[in-house]
Amino acid sequence: MTDVLTGLARTVPAGVLVGLPVLLPLLGAALALLLRRAGTQRAIPLLVLPVMALDAAALLLRADADGPLAVQAGNWDAPFGISLVADRLSSLLTLVSVIVLMVVLVYAIGQGVADAADERSDRVRVVFHPAYLVLASGVSFSFLTGDLFNLFVAFEVMLTASYVLITLQAGPSAVRSAMTYIVVSLLASVLFVTVIGLVYAATGTVNMADLRGALAEVPGGVRLSLALLLIVVFGIKAALFPLYFWLPDSYPVAPAPVTAVFAGLLTKVGVYAIIRTQTLIFPDDTAVTGPVLLVLAGATLLVGILGAIAQNEIKRVLSFTIVSHIGFIVMGLAFFTVAGVAGAVLYMVHHIVIQTTLFCVEGLIERRTGTSRLDRISGLTHRSALLGVLFALPALSLAGIPPFSGFLAKLALLQAGSAVGSWVIVGLAVLVSLLTLYSMALIWGSAFWGSPSDVVPDEDPEDAVQVGVRTVPATMTAATAAVVLVGLAIPVLGGPLYALCLRAAADLLAAGPYVEAVLG
Amino acid sequence: MSTPAGPRPGTPSPRRPSVLFEVGTGLVLHAVLVTSLFFLFRGHNAPGGGFIAGLVAGTALVLAYLAGDTSAGRRAAGATPRPGVVLGVGLLLAAGTAVAPWLGGGQVLESGYSHPHVPVLGGVSLASVLIFDIGVYLVVVGLVLAVLSTLGEQAGTSLAPGGEEDR
Repeated sequence: MTDVLTGLARTVPAGVLVGLPVLLPLLGAALALLLRRAGTQRAIPLLVLPVMALDAAALLLRADADGPLAVQAGNWDAPFGISLVADRLSSLLTLVSVIVLMVVLVYAIGQGVADAADERSDRVRVVFHPAYLVLASGVSFSFLTGDLFNLFVAFEVMLTASYVLITLQAGPSAVRSAMTYIVVSLLASVLFVTVIGLVYAATGTVNMADLRGALAEVPGGVRLSLALLLIVVFGIKAALFPLYFWLPDSYPVAPAPVTAVFAGLLTKVGVYAIIRTQTLIFPDDTAVTGPVLLVLAGATLLVGILGAIAQNEIKRVLSFTIVSHIGFIVMGLAFFTVAGVAGAVLYMVHHIVIQTTLFCVEGLIERRTGTSRLDRISGLTHRSALLGVLFALPALSLAGIPPFSGFLAKLALLQAGSAVGSWVIVGLAVLVSLLTLYSMALIWGSAFWGSPSDVVPDEDPEDAVQVGVRTVPATMTAATAAVVLVGLAIPVLGGPLYALCLRAAADLLAAGPYVEAVLG
Repeated sequence: MSTPAGPRPGTPSPRRPSVLFEVGTGLVLHAVLVTSLFFLFRGHNAPGGGFIAGLVAGTALVLAYLAGDTSAGRRAAGATPRPGVVLGVGLLLAAGTAVAPWLGGGQVLESGYSHPHVPVLGGVSLASVLIFDIGVYLVVVGLVLAVLSTLGEQAGTSLAPGGEEDR
């Protein structure tokens, strides 16, 4: 079966396979800007994203069977041209991201944020689909680029689209919160481009495969400072302690589907960049970066989850759990062993899906009750048992209860941690899992149990997003159920998936095939 | 939206911040736009290119917007193609040029070259990358137009409270 599909994937030229996830959504965005009829605009991403998903699946099959696929844009050979590289990690993450983007798109269309028709949100209708596609392009470009400067470009493409999406239909207070996000992101970008300048000054190249060799000849102190600077840059994007402060303030202001996508994907792109740069271009500095990352991971885990427990709003609880659980992924990387990095990759896949699911469910809760505040919601199970199920499954998975995906991913990380004897972080990770369960139980006890609360009327009944109405569009529920099912599929496919993660981790730490594929 | 009332003699109008600025802008505006085209076309082998040319053209548009009184600016914004259309055409040109080589079995962003002999100009070297650059140029200009039309719309109402009445 896999062989047949891999054979099928081999019939498509590698250049098309690798370039398509970046360029197709951009073409789609252009068409969506030009063809402004609501039906046409909606049809474009609904066509583009499934094609991207098929393409990413083909990439994964090819990369797993034949090793990394490298494409030199414009036929300018590396290290002078721009390389796009799809190895196991890149194509796996692209595939998971596109699946999540697809489901959330359906959710957004159901909710009405995607194509509100009233006059005030006319601009929203025109802008949502193009911005969403540009975001999709930026995310897959970040995963697929083999060039440090183009990683910056990919981040900018992604962030520019996210600035538009986060301020959709925002009132003055929401715009103020979004400003924090924009200013912090811009600062990180300035720092990023400065570091790229320094890297280029030290080595004369920005191609990541080429940098691996070039940086080995740079004095150790210079190289280490570059490695740490890049951790700071990506730490801001990934919301690592102590640079996480912007996330819980800005994510909750966006409409639910937008927050869901941001929660699932944007921080993970930052973590991916940490994993890629630290394993590929700074392999000789792990003696210092390993402990640094381990301390950051521990602090992120603990501070994030303590923040989550203190919140009184579902969106804010969930935002703090994003921060906390980024710590799990970084912890896996910090071991710099095959088992550790494999655990980190598996945790990323799990967390992208589960965190998106939880924000989708939060959107459903808000739709029914009109608010996200825990003290004003109760007795949701009386209203809808289905909603209870849709929340409980991903919440238990987030906390790491067997047999869900969170359990598998945490088990992989804990085993990797005990193998290297890092008992402190292992104990901390177990504690944070328990506290995650506690924070989910707080939401459950307050929002789902008890007698049904009154519906809070919509503060802004004019806008496209209706909240506090008793009916929930079937498309929203179906999309949420679909992403819950994707989450349930992870443990079912656990064996092959973890084996794939192990192979991806071995690739990352060895890096030989990657460098060979790029430099030839 | 009838005929806009001109400023009364002797009273500085809040809509016309500075005569010097206005006249100066009128003088340099066309030069700036031509410079942007110069940057666009020399960009292949010399410093320049679609992005920087688009930024130069964008500054010209911002100057024109700031110098003109807001109602004129708004009229101009209505007359130009909608920002979304400029953005869309630019993105389509850029992304289209990037994927076009696939049709001939080439690589992403691969460029075709030709060296036609044009009367008057002599030998000219043309690269298909130029279309990509024009696309980028349009994206940047479209973005500036979008910023002007979104932010400018609100600035007009908040800077001149009751400004709608004198028309």
